[in-house]
Amino acid sequence: MSDSAASPVPGSRWTRWLPLALFVVFVGVVTWGLLRDKDDTVPSRFIGQPLPQFSLPAATDAKAGLATADFAGKPRLLNVFASWCIPCAAEAPQLAALAAAGAEIDGVAIRDHSDDLAAFLARNGNPYTRIGADNLGKVQLAIGSSGVPETFVIDGRGVIRYQHIGDIRAEDVPMLLGKLRDAGQ
Amino acid sequence: MTAEFGLAALWFAAALALLQLVAGALALNPRGASLAAVVRPAAIVQGALALIAFGALISVFAATDLSVRLVAANSHSAKPLLYKIAGAWGNHEGSMLLWVTVMGLAGAFVAMVERRLPERTMLATLAGQAFVSLGFYAFLLFASNPFERLSPVPPEGQGLNPLLQDPGLAFHPPTLYLGYVGLSIAFSFAIGALVTREVGPAFARAMRPWVLGAWIFLTLGITAGSYWAYYELGWGGWWFWDPVENASLMPWLAATALLHSAGVLAARNALRAWTVMLGVVAFSMSMVGTFLVRSGILTSVHAFAVDPRRGTFILALLAIYIGGALTLFAIRAATVTEGERFAVTSREGALVFNNVMLTGALGIVLMGTLYPLVTEAFDEKVSVGPPYFNPMTAFFVLPMLVVLAVGPLLRWRRDNLARVRGMLLVPGLLALAGLGAAAVLVPGKVLPMIGLALAPALAVASLLPLRGRRLRQVKLPLWGMVVAHFGIAVALFGMASDSAFTTERLVAVRVGETTPVGPWQIRLAAIEPVAGPNWTALEATLQASYNGAAPALMHPQAREFWAPPQNTAESALHTRWNGQLYTVLGEQAEDGRWQLRLWWKPFVPLIWLGGMLIALGGLLALTGRVASDVRRLVARDKIAYRREKQGR
Repeated sequence: MSDSAASPVPGSRWTRWLPLALFVVFVGVVTWGLLRDKDDTVPSRFIGQPLPQFSLPAATDAKAGLATADFAGKPRLLNVFASWCIPCAAEAPQLAALAAAGAEIDGVAIRDHSDDLAAFLARNGNPYTRIGADNLGKVQLAIGSSGVPETFVIDGRGVIRYQHIGDIRAEDVPMLLGKLRDAGQ
Repeated sequence: MTAEFGLAALWFAAALALLQLVAGALALNPRGASLAAVVRPAAIVQGALALIAFGALISVFAATDLSVRLVAANSHSAKPLLYKIAGAWGNHEGSMLLWVTVMGLAGAFVAMVERRLPERTMLATLAGQAFVSLGFYAFLLFASNPFERLSPVPPEGQGLNPLLQDPGLAFHPPTLYLGYVGLSIAFSFAIGALVTREVGPAFARAMRPWVLGAWIFLTLGITAGSYWAYYELGWGGWWFWDPVENASLMPWLAATALLHSAGVLAARNALRAWTVMLGVVAFSMSMVGTFLVRSGILTSVHAFAVDPRRGTFILALLAIYIGGALTLFAIRAATVTEGERFAVTSREGALVFNNVMLTGALGIVLMGTLYPLVTEAFDEKVSVGPPYFNPMTAFFVLPMLVVLAVGPLLRWRRDNLARVRGMLLVPGLLALAGLGAAAVLVPGKVLPMIGLALAPALAVASLLPLRGRRLRQVKLPLWGMVVAHFGIAVALFGMASDSAFTTERLVAVRVGETTPVGPWQIRLAAIEPVAGPNWTALEATLQASYNGAAPALMHPQAREFWAPPQNTAESALHTRWNGQLYTVLGEQAEDGRWQLRLWWKPFVPLIWLGGMLIALGGLLALTGRVASDVRRLVARDKIAYRREKQGR
């Protein structure tokens, strides 16, 4: 084997400027981030809008997939979650409480695997009527959800009536039940 | 008065930093050489003044002086004294004061003890340190004054976030900051060496103990922070890839790479430009992390003091310091030749691989942390979580761990794999056997499987550098390396075991009922109210019995703090040699049953034990290096003394 300068920094001149160039890109991105209008209006923009058209395959063998057409008749909750999301496990008892109080809950599982999901449901309970697999997060974005968990109230005509961001705390349960009731009137 | 005194000390410290910068910079020129004598004393006094200012802040917090706005916003008279003191750094302004204090003290320490570097490089280094400090002094004095008064004085303070009221957390930020900000020394050394073009083994030897010191604190800080999140948040997880965690991981990755490349530079005079660049990058990552957390640009569960104006200020500091340092690097690095050559199969080659992989992991973490921001520019909101971070970092870290097993056995400059093949037989077979066993035990979970298989092999391999040596004659730095590498194997096993074998149960039980989790039987014996100094709680008494053994008592609580009002779940943990039982008390259901969250986590404490071993390895290496430096200094002084005597 011959001697070679196995250095992470090749000798040519322009590579010396690479760290600075990367840093300039970083500064550009965060400057834009600081100057932009904080886009807190995203959630509310979707309220009052009908659900976009989608049809998701079943995320697990145990439950059917989910499509826009399923939201007809009675107001339902749409829970955006994932087995890898820890606050989603934390909100499981509250979802169970909602289901016990008569709420119909459908799930959209984000970037999940069916085995992981089955284990998650076995561990945390399964309050869902249907669970759609949103492996690219497309439906999640289309309904204005930017993270997991989020929970939407959808009325009987498929219109988004309310968006809850973050995990459902115990004190949110009556509020969500109230929103469901309102959506039914 | 104390507050005004502290503020005055802060102004004087800033003035001295300015003096240190100007005198140091002028003294580099032969005409200003007389100013050189000012620089070291200025650095020492500046550090002392910063410490005084910090002491003043602690004193107003300890006395709960509510006329100070910061105290009123973050403290409460009913808090235990420890948390009153910890409140001094549990907020934005106080933690920035801690930042400049650590920077000032580190600079003072260097000015006092560092004698190995050429004097001009030393001057440039101290001037660089002062230059960076100055920006943070300005930030404190103009945008985050911790001593601001409040009028009228409120009757009571608003309290400290209850999650932060924990003995572990009281000392977490100072530890982490000693690490973060300690890296500023490496940054200043890199600047100094670039300015005077003195990049060589002497530079690396002088820089290494400082990097090691900072790295030890960083390692301890991350380990402690992870354990704190684990037991305090009550979610049973130990790492969440939250921006704040990433902010501490990135400097650690860069500092780890720097330690290893500085070793190459010190021993073999190779990797010069690369080492200097890592010196710049490590502290830059500390600053970038601070910026990401403080500016509110990313949402984080840790975010405190979110204020876009402050974000702009820190961003300007970043642009000046990091941009300036990288520009200096780009201009000067061409004059820093790469140094000695070496073969791919050599100790250097393995260390270069380690550096490239660590840098790759650093890039992955940085990208994942910034990605939500980038996609938002294209009007898409995404969240990046473990599905991205786990496999992507593993992609870089796992190959690095394989090389970690081989690298320390290789000779410098050039070696032959055939020479070490025999030694690697045992770990190699262990890895294969482990892979087989893991494939049976945890089929389908790829990463935990590889981790479980790799960890024992790595543990054995990490001890191989000791083979054939007399243990009592092994030098401390070698012990340090062995212990740290062994620690990595231990932590890896803990992580893999946690992902592979954890059993979790969420149950609702009545008092008197028993429920199983893993090999445990847990009986809910009682629920009783208890009260603390600023909280009340419902406390469960659990009798936890392992495979029918005599039960251990555990007391998880659901706490209600009243200033500020907030509920927290205080988990209760029971540790055995083979794992940890983790219990959380939840709500009471309408039918009178109590929710319990139970986890049995086999070998999970090994994660933090490994982290502590890694830090211990650093400490051993540091002790060895400092001891040999001191010996060398003493010997040199003796020779100088003898010469002086002979000369007379």
